[in-house]
Amino acid sequence: MSSASSLSVGKRDIVALEGVTKRFPGVVANDSVDLAIRPGEVHVLLGENGAGKSTLIGMLSGLQQPDEGRILVDGEPTAITSPRKALALGIGTVFQHMMLVPTLTVAENLLLGGPWWQRPKTEELEARVAKITRTLDITVKLHAKVSELSLGEQQQVEILRAMVRNSRLLILDESTSMLTPKGIDELGTLMRRLVEQGLAIVFITHKLKEAAAFGDRISVLKLGRKVGEIPPERFRALGEQTVISEIVGLMFGKQKDDPEAAERPVRTIRAEAAPLLEVRDLAVAPTDDAPGLSSISFDIRPGELLGIAGMDGNGQKQLAEALAGQRTAVGGSVRLLGEPIEALSVGERRQRGFRYLTDDRLGEGTVGTFPVSINFFLKQVGAAPFWRKGVEQRAEIDKRAAQLVREFDVRTPSLKTPVARLSGGNIQKVLLARELAEGAKVVIFNKPTYGLDLANTLASRQRIRDTAARGLAVLLISTDLEELLSMCDRIAVISNGSLVGTVENADDARTRVGRLMIGLAA
Amino acid sequence: MTGLFSEVFLSALLFGAVTAAIPLLLAGLGEQMSEKAGVLNIGIEGMMLAGAYLGFVGAFYSGSLWLGFLTGAGGGIAVALVMALLCVRIGLNQIVIGIALTLGLEGLTALLHHFQFSRSYPRLPAVDVTVIPLLSNIPVIGPALFRQHLIVYLAVALVFAIGYIYRRTQLGLNLQAAGDKPAALDVAGIDVVRTRTVAVLATGALAGLGGAYLANVGAGLFIPFITNGAGFLGIVLAMLARGRPVWVLFGALLFGVCLSLTTAMQVAGINIPTDVIQMLPFLAVMIMLVLFGRRASLPAALGIPYERGAR
Amino acid sequence: MSIDTAPASSATALDATAAMATRRDIQHRLLMTLGPILAALIIAGCILLAVGVDPLAYYSFVLERGLLSPLGIQQTLTRMAPLLFLAAGLIVAFRAGMWNLGGDGQFLLGAITAAASAPVFVQIMPSWLALICSFVIAMVVAVIWSLVPALLRAYQGVNEIITTLMMTFLGTSLANVLVKLVFRDPGTTVPQTRTLPVEDRLPRLFDTTITSGLLLGLAAIITVHLMMTRTAFGLKLRIVGANPRAAIHAGLGVPKLTIAVFAMSAGLAGLAGAVDILGVQGNVRADWNPAYGLAVIPVVFLARMNGFAAIGFVFLLSVLSIGGESAARRLGVPNHFTLVLVSIVLIVLALAEYIDHRYNQSRRA
Repeated sequence: MSSASSLSVGKRDIVALEGVTKRFPGVVANDSVDLAIRPGEVHVLLGENGAGKSTLIGMLSGLQQPDEGRILVDGEPTAITSPRKALALGIGTVFQHMMLVPTLTVAENLLLGGPWWQRPKTEELEARVAKITRTLDITVKLHAKVSELSLGEQQQVEILRAMVRNSRLLILDESTSMLTPKGIDELGTLMRRLVEQGLAIVFITHKLKEAAAFGDRISVLKLGRKVGEIPPERFRALGEQTVISEIVGLMFGKQKDDPEAAERPVRTIRAEAAPLLEVRDLAVAPTDDAPGLSSISFDIRPGELLGIAGMDGNGQKQLAEALAGQRTAVGGSVRLLGEPIEALSVGERRQRGFRYLTDDRLGEGTVGTFPVSINFFLKQVGAAPFWRKGVEQRAEIDKRAAQLVREFDVRTPSLKTPVARLSGGNIQKVLLARELAEGAKVVIFNKPTYGLDLANTLASRQRIRDTAARGLAVLLISTDLEELLSMCDRIAVISNGSLVGTVENADDARTRVGRLMIGLAA
Repeated sequence: MTGLFSEVFLSALLFGAVTAAIPLLLAGLGEQMSEKAGVLNIGIEGMMLAGAYLGFVGAFYSGSLWLGFLTGAGGGIAVALVMALLCVRIGLNQIVIGIALTLGLEGLTALLHHFQFSRSYPRLPAVDVTVIPLLSNIPVIGPALFRQHLIVYLAVALVFAIGYIYRRTQLGLNLQAAGDKPAALDVAGIDVVRTRTVAVLATGALAGLGGAYLANVGAGLFIPFITNGAGFLGIVLAMLARGRPVWVLFGALLFGVCLSLTTAMQVAGINIPTDVIQMLPFLAVMIMLVLFGRRASLPAALGIPYERGAR
Repeated sequence: MSIDTAPASSATALDATAAMATRRDIQHRLLMTLGPILAALIIAGCILLAVGVDPLAYYSFVLERGLLSPLGIQQTLTRMAPLLFLAAGLIVAFRAGMWNLGGDGQFLLGAITAAASAPVFVQIMPSWLALICSFVIAMVVAVIWSLVPALLRAYQGVNEIITTLMMTFLGTSLANVLVKLVFRDPGTTVPQTRTLPVEDRLPRLFDTTITSGLLLGLAAIITVHLMMTRTAFGLKLRIVGANPRAAIHAGLGVPKLTIAVFAMSAGLAGLAGAVDILGVQGNVRADWNPAYGLAVIPVVFLARMNGFAAIGFVFLLSVLSIGGESAARRLGVPNHFTLVLVSIVLIVLALAEYIDHRYNQSRRA
């Protein structure tokens, strides 16, 4: 419970899992997993979505209980029955989804969990925080409301919270998925300082590069089983590339190079072709919770793939929504095939071939309780032949839905299954089917592979490439620079609501985009 | 018409306003606590009725008004316990259960009253007032505000006590977290279900007390449907006050003045239907909403049951 | 290739067994509905025992008077007319995710409008036309009454629970003011509107006392049910109800749909008031408020917002209330007991659903 004990444990495991199994309706999330977590080490848990990483974290942080096997803390079998127990044992977790109360201040969030009858001990907290932030070399605005902080700042608050509570094991669940490249590097440095202080860190990710860059020890999970472990000695002995190819071998059963770095096929875009989409000086007013857009201009020609790079929250969603007609623009023009569409509604833009594939699949992309079949036609309600004179034609809907299910390889028990029961990858296929089906001319993909496992990520990327190859104009918004570099013809960088530059995707594109992202000229 | 603005009349008007405002205040404070913790408590009318009935029964049989308040609060808590079990612990729909509890308690208290008191309609003796020295000598407001039953002062003190809890204690933080981001509270090691249960039970106690006041002090007897929408008014007050107890007090007084005005006009023999005056507070609030209708800042997780680990 | 065909074949296989599954489904639903009702009757019976009333005698009396006696069943079917309209209005609102708790105010204003207009209209036009005109303006008034909460919700995001509750308090008072000051019948001492002569009211069905308003109510609720489940417009409303953000994303005009929902919900409540006045009451007395609106809310929940199920539950509620009113006179049990019974049914049913859900979950695991 005290931070001093973490040093005395020495090289013994702080926490060890022995044969831990956890079942959920229909799936075995963890199948007799063994894991040893040592102080002074960053232990990377690597695996695709659905490999059982989150369940493992759930059990370590007291949210879930194992069905079989046991968890040892300091060598003693211990039941982690609640989050409170986990905290008392010194296990602090930074969850993938932020666990801070947006309406409270940072200080109040850090104080949350004290005895209910007490006055919050603000002075004591301030002193402790000052000490911790000094050793970690970070700054935290204690009296700012959490809703005013950036995601990176919120994450620092969560790490700080774990430190304030004397955690000796820090679990970071997919912590880089919301961060900028710079933020990711900072997190790496911070983790290094923490393990130097004797902490143990469990770092969960599905990105190979991060695993290799930040880890001391790597455990690979696959379909709920642990399929391999690379201890620190071997890790150091091998080079980064060797480690990566060994991990790929563990994850996919055969040796091959980093599958994410697929070769970009060289496409020839007829430069003389008239642009399909022309955007001039598009502007959107800022709102309480989102930045505005100012003078956004770009063209996309048929068959061209334009990428939008940038740190999350710099206006990407606003841009997509303004183009799709979901958000009112205060100025500028948008032309599709030369025709102005900025005054048209969402439905009218769609009819003319303008499609927007949202990044928020369950939040706005689908209606979770509705059957798969209806979700294919959410944007066409009332249109023939699926509705005639406003009356639903169930046979037509089912026929077309069955076709789309086949064509886009949607794995669903039936057409009537509520779409929320499908996995993230299959929900994405439903959205792809809906947006790419007949009549599409311009398609915006907003973070199309976010949260998908590797197989679905690769499949989605192929769909996007095929879309461009069919001669459509594609706008690909992503926070994953690798993704953009592997797919786009040109990459524009968005920062604080405006495009700060556009570069051809040539050999030096990585550095040029990187410079634009941190505010330098390309 | 001459007597309309006499000192005695105004004083009586204000006195009546306070009497009418106290149940609304208690209901509003209670509802506010539930909502802060993320529970939309539509059953508060039922809790008030249980409090009114049991409060009256307690006071009538024991002869002690204070015991009546105690049983009244107990009655409210009993109904709140059902609500907490069904809506907080096992997560049933809060609106469905709330309406069911209100309807059920309307029927049940009317039924029990019918078999127990419908032949005699017993009344409680008039209540003792606590006179606050000096202040009570101020003209007009003295007799109205400072010659009230002790419970009135306690209820007003409660406004500030609850305000202190919200702003200055861990409990206040816990309640707000339970309403805005329950998962964050859970991982901070505080049981969300327990926090919300406490809030709902406190709501029951406050609403029950409000009901007991209505029956024992306000009317001196229990009649079926005595609350007549006071609980729903409490919901309105809580939603308009948005987490600030003092605003509930102001709102309750505004409604109280209007309710009191209707009685006073009747006494003064003015020929306007009382309904006209009863409409005033609602009209005022609706006009305010139309003019300044901002997005009501209700807790993010209001009405959503918490299930650990649910995504 | 094998991957391509797999999902499709499983989909068709499921459709083939659909008929069997539906039958089992219906059996299960029936059990899940009747079981809790039986349990609720037993619990409520215990309350009767506690106050010294023989529950069996009470229930059989209610059944006799509400269902089996010729007069009782006619009264029951007549009572259903306004309740069906109200239920139809609530189905529209709840399915679209809008909590219109202002049904009583809308009902009363519809009633008062019909009561005030019909006696005037019958003097200047044939009575069938007068009835139609009264229905229309009752509906229009109720729709206008719902505009404030509708606009506030659509364009300002103000929570409709609070505004509709306030509008119902306001509407109840306003109805009384209108009876007492504006539409008061000068020929009577008690404040009430002029009475519509019996021969000008909605015709009765055949040789019974059942109002033809029943048929209008049935038509209304079935129309609403089909609209919600089978049409593009109904689907749009259901999308708004199930996921408002998806509605915006799909390009639906959410504010306009919101106003449409409130208008339909309130309009049907106004028609409920009109059908009660033009078919049964003939006039509105001061301080008359049957509070049907609140009583129908549980019915709609019990029916899971399904129109056909709602007809069944409205019938049940009518039997209980007509029988309960008779029992109040004869057995001395106040008809408030009906409220207790409805409330227990609602709670037990919600519990049963929860237990069933948990059982299914554990079985699947």
